[in-house]
Amino acid sequence: MAVTLTESAAKHVSNYIAKRGKGIGIRLGVKTSGCSGMAYKLEFADAAEPEDQVFESHGLKVLVDPRSLPYIDGTELDYAKEGLNEGFRFNNPNIKDQCGCGESFTV
Amino acid sequence: MALLQISEPGQSAAPHEHRLAVGIDLGTTNSLVATVRSGLAVVLSDEMGRPLLPSVVHYGAEGATEVGYGAQARQSVDPRNTVVSVKRFMGRGRADIAHIESMPYDFEDSPGMVKLRTVQGVKSPVEISADILAALRIRAEAALGGQLTGAVITVPAYFDDAQRQATKDAARLAGLNVLRLLNEPTAAAIAYGLDNGAEGIYAVYDLGGGTFDISILKLSKGVFQVLATGGDSALGGDDFDHRVFCWIIEQAKLTPVSPHDARLLQTRAREAKEYLTLHGEAPINAKLSTNEFVDLKLTSEVFNEISKTLVQKTLGPTRKALRDAGLAPEDVKGVVMVGGATRMPQIQKAVGDYFGQQPLNNLDPDKVVALGAAIQANLLAGNRAAGDDWLLLDVIPLSLGMETMGGLTEKIIPRNSTIPVARAQEFTTFKDGQSAMALHVVQGERELVSDCRSLARFELRGIPPMVAGAARIRVTFQVDADGLLSVTAREQITGHEARIEVKPSYGLTDDEVAAMLKDGFSHASDDAFRRALREAQVEAQRLIEAVQSALKDDAPLLSTLERAHIDACVAKLQAVMMGDDRRAIDGAMDGLNKATAEFAARRMNQSVQRALAGKNVSELES
Repeated sequence: MAVTLTESAAKHVSNYIAKRGKGIGIRLGVKTSGCSGMAYKLEFADAAEPEDQVFESHGLKVLVDPRSLPYIDGTELDYAKEGLNEGFRFNNPNIKDQCGCGESFTV
Repeated sequence: MALLQISEPGQSAAPHEHRLAVGIDLGTTNSLVATVRSGLAVVLSDEMGRPLLPSVVHYGAEGATEVGYGAQARQSVDPRNTVVSVKRFMGRGRADIAHIESMPYDFEDSPGMVKLRTVQGVKSPVEISADILAALRIRAEAALGGQLTGAVITVPAYFDDAQRQATKDAARLAGLNVLRLLNEPTAAAIAYGLDNGAEGIYAVYDLGGGTFDISILKLSKGVFQVLATGGDSALGGDDFDHRVFCWIIEQAKLTPVSPHDARLLQTRAREAKEYLTLHGEAPINAKLSTNEFVDLKLTSEVFNEISKTLVQKTLGPTRKALRDAGLAPEDVKGVVMVGGATRMPQIQKAVGDYFGQQPLNNLDPDKVVALGAAIQANLLAGNRAAGDDWLLLDVIPLSLGMETMGGLTEKIIPRNSTIPVARAQEFTTFKDGQSAMALHVVQGERELVSDCRSLARFELRGIPPMVAGAARIRVTFQVDADGLLSVTAREQITGHEARIEVKPSYGLTDDEVAAMLKDGFSHASDDAFRRALREAQVEAQRLIEAVQSALKDDAPLLSTLERAHIDACVAKLQAVMMGDDRRAIDGAMDGLNKATAEFAARRMNQSVQRALAGKNVSELES
């Protein structure tokens, strides 16, 4: 399995990293919080940790720490526009339920 | 389904705790809202992809209020109830507003600020601005998918307190939490300076719809310092429209036109001006309500000619700001162009010629202020990366000063100084042989310490014994980028030093700051009287001590009669000095000064003789 980006997500991530001026890729993860137990983490990555799992997608490095991996393995990160709002969306096959807002979930 | 943005490492927000912050450029002609998305500042557009929101509000007869393009379309139909350029009325009285006679509104002159009679009742400029801000808030909340934590709103550097307060009030009325008001040129510098990271002196030339600001900024090691500002709060792109409007009236030989036609021709004038940015000549066509036709061609040569004095008018404040900063045009490393009106080729050329270089315009001049405000808002809302040593640009809301003799406040850093700032002032001892000095740091606008807020007290010890007034104690007030004040007192001869750190804004709410400011204004004359009295009392005390010290040293120079006269004058002064009759104190001081004049002359002669004893003329001349 792997964690991947859609082409649209990869384009936006590359653009953001270029404008930011530094970073080796992005880090995806989960943390325990939120109304449904877990929440996504989406951050720029400046350095890889030794235990990180590193995936390559559309030429971009996607870093995931081993504790997060079981919860998001198989996830595809997409970039979406909804009306005026736009941003990244986790298409995660592991989730059983999520809160109405989609920011937190259970597996 | 919420859409996520990329955070800085370690900064992922917990669900439902995103700190959504926006920067708002509340402009005379157009307003914008911007935010930082995944680390990138972007302007938020409306459903049709238009970034600008025309700062136009239409009040309809059925109670509907329209803002933006919809309202702009009503300008020529219902000019009386369509408010444009409301920013010009913010915190202004009728007399302060230029071209008021050619405006199609029904003004009501109320104290402090004009109001406009509309079909929906009397509206204050604050309420009208709030309608614009509310439209931007709704747009931002739709685009960000949640409630806003706060907003940074930009204002011209020239805005006075009434205008700034009016802007803040409008934001509150619109349901916005104002993180900070930011000067427009400073916002532009944030957008440019940090993105490009180039050090040096920069001029920010901001010609918006209704205001002109010139700011001289110094960028070094990522730190912005405002060296000087200047401008004209009643000069902008609208004035160029007005020149074209007048030219149309003159060329078409129109008699005074109706409000409806005036509005139509003003719109045509603006369109012609904008067309000339990329073209050599602009057609002007209009059909008036009188069935007259206007069919003219405005060439860029004619436009340059009729607007020449306006272009020149911007260079005056520019020269002055440079002079204030002690700089020449060639010291300026880059000129930042802000405001849609800087697109006019004659402006670009005049500014380029003056500074001897091509002005910078690689960011959209309409958006640059909003983008800078968004970057600032993002940081103020707490979305900053760890170790990001960003400098918050801010002004000091209330003056910072020291207590001096007699419980008077000596202001060291005046309010509205931008931070970081450092100011030093020298103080001296009040009594002979004084070896320590108590320093009392206060904040406020009032003249007496008892009316200000006490921030800290500390002591400087180890002053070598000297006569009163001889010691030189340099007190330095320094406010760093986080608003932290440190006060250092240093005795200049021995180098003895004492320092203290305080957080001046701690615990003061906006309302308290406002109340303290108001207090300062309303008590100004009262305070001036009390200050003069205290000063007289302090001066009297100093005089008595000086006389007594002289009497101790040189009593033999006086006859018994003279001595008795001086003692009587001292007693008289001591009797009146604690009262509140300043004239009596001044009179008694005069008496004592006269009584001791001869004594002082004799002391002077004596010390000159001592100094000259045993020396010959040639030694003195060498």
